[in-house]
Amino acid sequence: MIDTATATGDLSEVARQLRLDILDSTTKAGSGHPSSSWSAVEICTALYFGGVLRYRADEPWWPARDRFIMSKGHAAPLLYAVLARAGYFDRELLWTLRQIDSPVQGHPIHGLLPGVEATTGSLGQGLSLGIGHVLGGRLNGLAYRVYVLLGDGECEAGQIWEAAMAAAHFGAGNLTAILDYNKFQETGPIAREMGLEPLADKWHSFGWHVDEVDGHDIGAIIAKLRTFPARPDQPSILIAHTVKGKGVSFVETDFTWHGRALPPALAERARAELLQGGPVA
Amino acid sequence: MQLGSKAGYAPATMPLRNVFGEALLDVATDNPRVVVLDGDLGNSTMAETVRKAYPERFFNLGIAESNLVGVGAGLAACGLIPWITSFSSFLLCNAYDQIRLAIALSNINAKVLGSHGGITLGKDGPTQMGIEDFALVGGLPTFTMLVPSDPVSMRALVKLATDHVGPVWLRSSRLPLPVIYDEESTFKIGQANIVRQGDDVAIIACGIMTAIALDAAADLAAEGIEARVIDLLSLRPLDVDTIVAAARDTGAVVTAEEHLLTGGMGSNVARVIAQHHPVPMRFVGLADTYTESADPADLLVKYHLTADDIAAAARDAVAAKRAQG
Ligand SMILES: Cc1ncc(C[n+]2csc(CCOP(=O)(O)OP(=O)(O)O)c2C)c(N)n1
Ligand SMILES: [Mg+2]
Repeated sequence: MIDTATATGDLSEVARQLRLDILDSTTKAGSGHPSSSWSAVEICTALYFGGVLRYRADEPWWPARDRFIMSKGHAAPLLYAVLARAGYFDRELLWTLRQIDSPVQGHPIHGLLPGVEATTGSLGQGLSLGIGHVLGGRLNGLAYRVYVLLGDGECEAGQIWEAAMAAAHFGAGNLTAILDYNKFQETGPIAREMGLEPLADKWHSFGWHVDEVDGHDIGAIIAKLRTFPARPDQPSILIAHTVKGKGVSFVETDFTWHGRALPPALAERARAELLQGGPVA
Repeated sequence: MQLGSKAGYAPATMPLRNVFGEALLDVATDNPRVVVLDGDLGNSTMAETVRKAYPERFFNLGIAESNLVGVGAGLAACGLIPWITSFSSFLLCNAYDQIRLAIALSNINAKVLGSHGGITLGKDGPTQMGIEDFALVGGLPTFTMLVPSDPVSMRALVKLATDHVGPVWLRSSRLPLPVIYDEESTFKIGQANIVRQGDDVAIIACGIMTAIALDAAADLAAEGIEARVIDLLSLRPLDVDTIVAAARDTGAVVTAEEHLLTGGMGSNVARVIAQHHPVPMRFVGLADTYTESADPADLLVKYHLTADDIAAAARDAVAAKRAQG
């Protein structure tokens, strides 16, 4: 029984394997959101394999577990790859993504697979669920922490700010939001479509402790998360500066890959890049 | 899967949503008062056609559907004709109260596109599917509700919706649909179209189920059952005359919809038939369940929305009619 996932092996190698699993599962499915998933690989690696989250893969609904809620539900391929690697279910299931009769749904559905804490896919909802888990933990006398992964485009949703207000109001010090700030939403750059800045100031003014990090530096993410909460009654947000499509050069530079799987030929190019750690000549 | 092939229709070439994009561009070109509002899905709903042609009349409100609807209603109050566009699930489920007060109860002249209706968006799965839009828009009494079934009807209904004064909901979906109509076909709000003649049973369908109903009718004809296929097109107002005539002429009615049966089109058609000319009815649609992520063809089979399912329902309705003597 693992209460604390220990940082075993080289975490950047874990991240590389997760990227490959995301690539293979979405290409096989012929659809999905690889670029949105690759953006947050290091964030999830830090949480699940960097000793941050306390979980028991063999007892997925262990009441005292830390919660991870994937609010940007279209990054489901990342969540599934992480849960499989963490031992929640057989990795072979990844190759049934989006197929009939498979629990590996296009967007996560609560309880269909062990470790999937929330049904998401309509953006804007995860932070509120996180507050519910915080309040529930209080009533149940459990001192777990709750982590919610948000998209930057997702922060355009009013519900996010309703939740931001409520989390501070309820003094949810054990709540941490991590913002995958990749600067792109579906139809274009955030700054062009719906400006969010000054984003850190917004969260700050809602009463949150705010910190920022290079969202692809696993060690830095772990270190920042360890400093939370700054005050026991204050929710925290880690604004992680990321690159949408991280790891695959031609996806990083073309936002129109949002919501599209790589066709097999391009998937091979992506695999070569991921294996050698950079663009292939 | 090639909808309409058994009935002899040429294979579909363009997804219905792309036809919507072209039709929207046409009405925006014809009428400078048309404005388009997007919820960061213009590349998916195809409303981006207007963004490219008339950027000054296109507004992306981002991932914020309540605000999107409110802004659209405000534009309508200024005499503009807003097309408020997103997936039907996100619009109705995130902004129902805004649609209710700012558009429906205000009887404001706004047009709402609910794209990706039904289950045939497929692999994105049940969180994104719109299987409850007929029921929810049904709960907004001032809304006209239109469901195109092919490229020709999509173009016609987008134009009719734009010209109509008052709230209109229009459902779009993702699959390519075969061309059922021709240049001579006519369309009117409140008018259902008979797309196949027959007097043994009537199949009343809408959206993608119309092409599937035509396939079922081809199979039934091989067994000597001639089905009248009615493309409902206008879910509100309903074409009571055409529905009642179908019940009277055929004595057996099947409805087919890519929607939950509870609160769906069939229940509204049944209300008309029960009141005016009761006959045996059967209902093809989604049982009380969510579906799942999968290829659209697999979903249609697993959730009983195929030509075989419609044909079986038609045989059953005909048998019930004959048993009544
Ligand atoms: C309520 C809602 N509206 C629209 C969508 C469609 N949609 C899916 S992903 C996406 C863009 C998300 O952008 P962001 O939050 O920045 O996530 P990223 O993919 O960049 O990680 C949109 C608009 C949705 N899923 N939910
Ligand atoms: Mg983003």
